[in-house]
Amino acid sequence: MLPRVLSLGVRRGPLTRRPGTLRGGFSLGKVVDDRWYCGSGVRPTSGCVPFRTRNRAPHWQDSGSAWGRGYKYWEEKLSEIKKKIQSVLPGTSLHPLYDSSHLPPDHSDVVIVGGGVLGLSVAYWLKKLEKQRGALRVLVVERDLTYSQASSALSLGGIHQQFSLPENIHLSLFSASFLRNINEHLAVVDAPPLDLQFNPLGYLWLASEKDAAAMENNVKVQRQEGAKVCLMSPDQLRNKFPWINTEGVALASYGMEDEGWFDPWCLLQGLRRKVQSMGVLFCQGEVTRFVSSSDRMLTKNQKEVKLKRIYEVHVKMDNSVEYQPVECALVINAAGAWSAQIAALAGIGKGPPDTLQGTKLPVEPRKRYVYVWHCPQGPGLESPLVADTSGTYFRREGLGSNYLGGRSPTEEEEPDPENLEVDHDFFQDKVWPHLAQRVPAFETLKVQNAWAGYYDYNTFDQNGVVGPHPLVVNMFFATGFSGHGLQQAPGVGRAVAEMILEGRFQTINLDSFLFSRFYLGEKIQEDNII
Amino acid sequence: MAAPWRSLRLVAPIGNRSTRGIHQLGGAVDPESSQKKRRTMLQYLSDHFYDVEFLRGYFLQNKMDKVHQKNRFRDKEWIRPDKYGHFSQEFWNFSEVPVEAVDASDCAINYEGLENLHLLKELQSLSLQRCPHMDDWCLSRLYPLADSLQELSLAGCPRISERGLACLHHLQNLRRLDISNLPSVSNPGLTQILVEEMLPNCKVVGVNLAEGLKLGPEEQPQDTDRPIPA
Repeated sequence: MLPRVLSLGVRRGPLTRRPGTLRGGFSLGKVVDDRWYCGSGVRPTSGCVPFRTRNRAPHWQDSGSAWGRGYKYWEEKLSEIKKKIQSVLPGTSLHPLYDSSHLPPDHSDVVIVGGGVLGLSVAYWLKKLEKQRGALRVLVVERDLTYSQASSALSLGGIHQQFSLPENIHLSLFSASFLRNINEHLAVVDAPPLDLQFNPLGYLWLASEKDAAAMENNVKVQRQEGAKVCLMSPDQLRNKFPWINTEGVALASYGMEDEGWFDPWCLLQGLRRKVQSMGVLFCQGEVTRFVSSSDRMLTKNQKEVKLKRIYEVHVKMDNSVEYQPVECALVINAAGAWSAQIAALAGIGKGPPDTLQGTKLPVEPRKRYVYVWHCPQGPGLESPLVADTSGTYFRREGLGSNYLGGRSPTEEEEPDPENLEVDHDFFQDKVWPHLAQRVPAFETLKVQNAWAGYYDYNTFDQNGVVGPHPLVVNMFFATGFSGHGLQQAPGVGRAVAEMILEGRFQTINLDSFLFSRFYLGEKIQEDNII
Repeated sequence: MAAPWRSLRLVAPIGNRSTRGIHQLGGAVDPESSQKKRRTMLQYLSDHFYDVEFLRGYFLQNKMDKVHQKNRFRDKEWIRPDKYGHFSQEFWNFSEVPVEAVDASDCAINYEGLENLHLLKELQSLSLQRCPHMDDWCLSRLYPLADSLQELSLAGCPRISERGLACLHHLQNLRRLDISNLPSVSNPGLTQILVEEMLPNCKVVGVNLAEGLKLGPEEQPQDTDRPIPA
């Protein structure tokens, strides 16, 4: 068995090295140079090895001539030659004895942490907008390729443009046109076309007296930005939808076009199939560590700022201690409900509070329940997704009088996001009374099924975080959308890809969604969140 | 649907200044007999004076022309393209005439193309049979025609499913809807029932409700040699 040795970390910074690491070599405490162009021509310094050797003495301690150096010296020389060959032929795994096909590659230009709809959308747009075919090497790392806990797969799949922020409206409009032409965007040779099962019935938001003015303002903004929304009075509402009880409703806004719901699993699989055909590599594993280098720089006011750059991502395999260090140039945090953990690994939030270093990513997982019930006398085929004044929402599913719905709990009632167990009492106590009050036909219903999923809830202002971090300069965020990530995924993916490839947002300006707003305290509150 | 041919009972030419005095005098007393009196008086005058005859003929011709103008599409209402697919240039003369019916069968119209139909405020009948690119997104674009549309035909469109049919609920003036031969609709019978519930004033045709159902024991076909069913 050939002992595999690692080369030294002479050129690496020691700043984030944990004690007792199994990697060999000393470090000299030198600040490293720019490692931006990781993907091309840089001597790789780690091998695709399943096992790590013990600490060994650095080679300059061997004295004497080459011939006197012995077995260890030649071993090291051989591995250096192998690495040189490997760097010329990227992508080959020179391990005839071990099967390393489950491991990610040694280096990748972009590593996307999280393989949900946002991560896949970023991967798709990166490959679509890159200047030369094959210019970017993209790796998507997903912890659970069955998507059993992924928010994208468990989502209700709704899309609407009734937001209060113009950027959100534009993102949704773009996503609607993306979904409409999905078979042109995500076409793969010899694969069947995608059937999203889109239901264009729209969203109906109900507002009580106190919210009516805000709703009218929002509708004005929405119409200005191009969304087709109409306002309805309680009388018009009763005419159109006789099954609604309009008590307590002062105004309603109804989306006429480009709104509805679709099958998120189909979108996920379609994106996955397409990005695989475009050459994006997938890996099932968990990101456990970021190795970064840092630079101390002085601002205009002579204050010291430490800028970090991640140059290696450690991807740990399932049920094993085996991990693969992937050299990378960019990291994209699209980990959804678990984005805060990934950010903490990169050192975001480690510092005194009220400083930029100490600002954590305020995204946390929040559990939301969805219930399926059957009600034979319920609203007819034409019922839209109704979002009540109390936060309860429901929609019809299929031809068989089945309905899906739920309610976002208030801050005090937030369930523990430890697991995805469903609390049926929540339906009995908190959801059903509001449903029955709004739609009298729902007084008799029978719950057939229920599930729970996570929102990647942004506790700051319930809007997404997009763009680079000011201090960890090569980590980009695409997370924190608090329940409307699925409907904005195509637009956000394109925005992140533009930021990476062009340096700025080109089509939709998401400057107000950058991370720095958490430090500056600039909230961009979104009202219409269910 | 052409307007019925109105009979031209031109009793007295309207706006005929020379005879206005005559029928104003006569009309007050007894309409039926005064009309008879007017007719014979006018007939007598036009028999004896060429001018009166000429004027009467002139106004009659005017009135007939107006009616013809209104009924000019009676036999040739549909403007069709010729064998090369071109419409004749005379179509441009009719730009103020409201379009009542559009037949876009077998046409490759798509989502963006349907926007052009929004300008037709008096469209009453729309036929989109066998259009290959019509899908659920396109049906959600038909709501601006809700005020006038009375007849819609979607027969044979391969991509339309029951989700698209659900958004036809905006078209409250619809009187006839044809949803035959929609291969993507999962359960045609149930869909027809639900669509009929959704549009109470509309006649929904095209689906054989018995299709896919088996006859119950009571409904088995009787023996044909018995003249009177038992």
